[in-house]
Amino acid sequence: MQLTLWTYEGPPHIGAIRVATAMNGLHFVLHAPQGDTYADLLFTMIERRAERPPVTYTTFQARDLGSDTAEIFKASAYEAFERFSPRAMIVGASCTAELLQDDPGGLARALDLPIPVIPLELSAYDKKENWGAAETLYRLARGLSGGRRQRPSRPRPLANLLGPTALGFRHRDDTVEISKLLGALGVDIGVTAPLGASPDDLTRLGEADFNIVLYPEIALPTAQYLEKAHGQPYTRTAPIGVGATRDFIAEVRALASLNASAPLQESKIEESRLPWWSRSVDSTYLTAKRVFIFGDATHALAAERIAREEMGFDVVGLGTYSREWAREVRERAKVHDIEALITDDYLEVEEAIAAAQPDLVLGTQMERHIAKRLQLPCAVISSPTHVQDFPARYAPQMGFEGANVIFDAWVHPLMMGLEEHLLGMFREDSEFHEGASASHLGAFSAPQRAPAAQAPPLSALAEKSAPLDPQWSDEASKELRKIPFFVRGKARGNTEKFARERGLTTISLGTLYDAKAHYGR
Amino acid sequence: MNQTVSLRPPAPGAPPLVQERGQREVFCGLTGIVWLHRKIQDAFFLVVGSRTCAHLIQSAAGVMIFAEPRFATAILDQRDLAGIADINDELDRVVSRLLERRPDIKLLFLVASCPSEVIKIDLVRAARRLSRQHEPRARVLSYSGSGIEKTFTEGEDACLAALVPELPAEAATAAPSLLVVGALADIVEDQFAAIFADIGIADARFLPMRRASAMPAVGPNTRFLLAQPFLAETARALESRGARRLAAPFPLGAEGTTLWLKAAADAFGVPASRFETAVAPGRARAQKSLTRHIERLSGKRIFFFPDSQLEIPLARFLAREVGMRPIEVATPYLHRQLLEEELALLPSEARLFEGPDVDRQLDRCRAARPDLTVCGLGLANPLEAEGLPTKWSIELLFTPIQGYDQAGDLAELFARPLARRSRLEV
Repeated sequence: MQLTLWTYEGPPHIGAIRVATAMNGLHFVLHAPQGDTYADLLFTMIERRAERPPVTYTTFQARDLGSDTAEIFKASAYEAFERFSPRAMIVGASCTAELLQDDPGGLARALDLPIPVIPLELSAYDKKENWGAAETLYRLARGLSGGRRQRPSRPRPLANLLGPTALGFRHRDDTVEISKLLGALGVDIGVTAPLGASPDDLTRLGEADFNIVLYPEIALPTAQYLEKAHGQPYTRTAPIGVGATRDFIAEVRALASLNASAPLQESKIEESRLPWWSRSVDSTYLTAKRVFIFGDATHALAAERIAREEMGFDVVGLGTYSREWAREVRERAKVHDIEALITDDYLEVEEAIAAAQPDLVLGTQMERHIAKRLQLPCAVISSPTHVQDFPARYAPQMGFEGANVIFDAWVHPLMMGLEEHLLGMFREDSEFHEGASASHLGAFSAPQRAPAAQAPPLSALAEKSAPLDPQWSDEASKELRKIPFFVRGKARGNTEKFARERGLTTISLGTLYDAKAHYGR
Repeated sequence: MNQTVSLRPPAPGAPPLVQERGQREVFCGLTGIVWLHRKIQDAFFLVVGSRTCAHLIQSAAGVMIFAEPRFATAILDQRDLAGIADINDELDRVVSRLLERRPDIKLLFLVASCPSEVIKIDLVRAARRLSRQHEPRARVLSYSGSGIEKTFTEGEDACLAALVPELPAEAATAAPSLLVVGALADIVEDQFAAIFADIGIADARFLPMRRASAMPAVGPNTRFLLAQPFLAETARALESRGARRLAAPFPLGAEGTTLWLKAAADAFGVPASRFETAVAPGRARAQKSLTRHIERLSGKRIFFFPDSQLEIPLARFLAREVGMRPIEVATPYLHRQLLEEELALLPSEARLFEGPDVDRQLDRCRAARPDLTVCGLGLANPLEAEGLPTKWSIELLFTPIQGYDQAGDLAELFARPLARRSRLEV
């Protein structure tokens, strides 16, 4: 039993719905109690989809438990087949139906429908959303891709694009961006799946020369299966960031036996603006900004590399809720001399962010809420998503355009260079007072201390203040207030730590500046 | 499945009711936590359920995520199901941790879910045990919000019904008192309290109360008015404590509000002239605020998908006060007894459905092409994309709509989608 306030991932059947909703001509019959239809609104509201997800829920109730829920499942599956005429069907159970052990797969088989019906075992009590999506795509590929076949020789190599789903963080635009990139490199796209694919398309998966794994959390098991069954190698690099996109291009060229050293301009590929934007003097102020990164493993690891190599940030926190990738994330954290945070407990993440006092949080919508509470700038880099993560404009994360988007998205929440200096110099100025925020963020974004009456976060209540905390002298405390608010938390923390380590009971003006000299960059 | 059953020969004049079976596109009873936890300010709602339950509340409550939530889910895992972990020990551990972290919590609801009911976790007993352990620091109660037992607003009904046995007893000799039952926005509650005071019913009390320590007393001299149409179980529980229900339409619109207040005034022997003096200004304001919307709404055909059980009172209000034409009114459940006064006022043109099959209802909606469709969030954008204007039904629960001074706001909720369409040229 785990106490949960907010969850990073839904249950596995939500992952299955994300796959089904991404596809055309596939229908999902889900054995589920009344109420589980809430999932529809994730797609119609958050992603603004104009069609209902292709899901029939059995919506059984208590009165049905005594009679025959299996019959309800069969009737629902048959009616869904008649009404929607799908080309293939997946069937499964949500958490409650799993307890009934009605065996949707067996029941659907008994209906003997004239289309492929693929049963899913969704393990609602120990698996989660991304696993559910990965399992569903894998079962579909296994069920529909057929046997190994001879691949004809072609003028251009052919690759499948695997992983984009409905409700994925920027999957829509990543797919477009990477398709363009591959086209420019001289690679044709076979099947893009699940986004936009039909069950018939999946029967052509085996025709490609290799597979592109866009989102390993969702596509890796499928790529591994296709490698085994069809002898197709697959890419290992998620092309997020300039460096990763270059590596991805090299990897694709190697898999496609294309000239590895051909200049990109020849392929009419416009490189990212990020390198120059980052090298231009205006970006000097970005140097050693302290960032806290949390998200799914793919996006968190990509953000770590961009932060380090392309933005010149310091990574002060790195974590993921994708436990399956803990090893990789831990390895990267070691580079920064920090402990990776592998958790799906929102409270733990909140505590870690509060302790790290970063200049910028790169996280999910959950971290956006945490950052808001802690009054820290934040950019969203990963699922779970929110209606804002489905912008009207083209905003990929992948490829060179994705790197441009990332540069802007990460820099805009921060104070601009000169403005930061002015705030530092004229901290007593009536317009640059402590409550003032960056002008480009608008008047109402000025951080305001949460009123004391508001309930503190659970984590704050859990903390106990140490009995020997050093006390601030009036003079030092006045000086502390002159430090711009966006670095004040760090200054306070560092000074207190400095004092504690030296066994000081009072923090004087001198202690404050001693600490500054000690920790100064 | 999916057969259509015509139930009970309708009373003369009353619209016939059709019941269907099939996929029900409705929320489960856990959803009520989203507003109940804001209403009872020192209560915490702990769902004993699955990751799906947590995900549902999070998705339904998405708009309120900024506030520190006073709800959580104790997610059952494989160890709990396999009996490796003792569920009661686990629950005790979770509750102790929770109460330790939240000293502000005085009332804790253990909320049953579909999985907890299917594996038969006895939360009633667990609540009693935990209450003994934690009283007087916090009281622990339980109710079911599961989808197999409760549809959407029935969760509030179950929660309030669980509170009823805890309410202090009113002395048998007490003067008659008025209890208003059903969660209302604080501002609406304050307005009603003021009107009741004006007509001479002092100290009207409200259930749910805003704080656990302010539970209203109940007894044989209590008369209660339901402010919401979905409170059948709560009404029964109050009646079993001797309280008497005052039958009335629900306080939506000028007419509904007047009849609702009048039911109380009559029960308390308020002279007609005093009642009239007290309500006349509010009623006039309500009528005035409605005239603005009549032009846009009058004659428009409206179609209701089932959601909160407010469908029938809303259709009555829209038909009688702004001239809309309800063509299909579907409700998850119809409590005939509680809605008798409403049904009598509903135009006979409206077809009534209880628990319809969503696909068949969509077929009817597409065929009818109503001017406005009231539906849940899962259906709204798909219908809009087909060119059918919609009004999200959940907003009708998260917005103050009851009483005189909200009548115009209520009409505006229906007028806005039409007004928006008339502005857009893209």
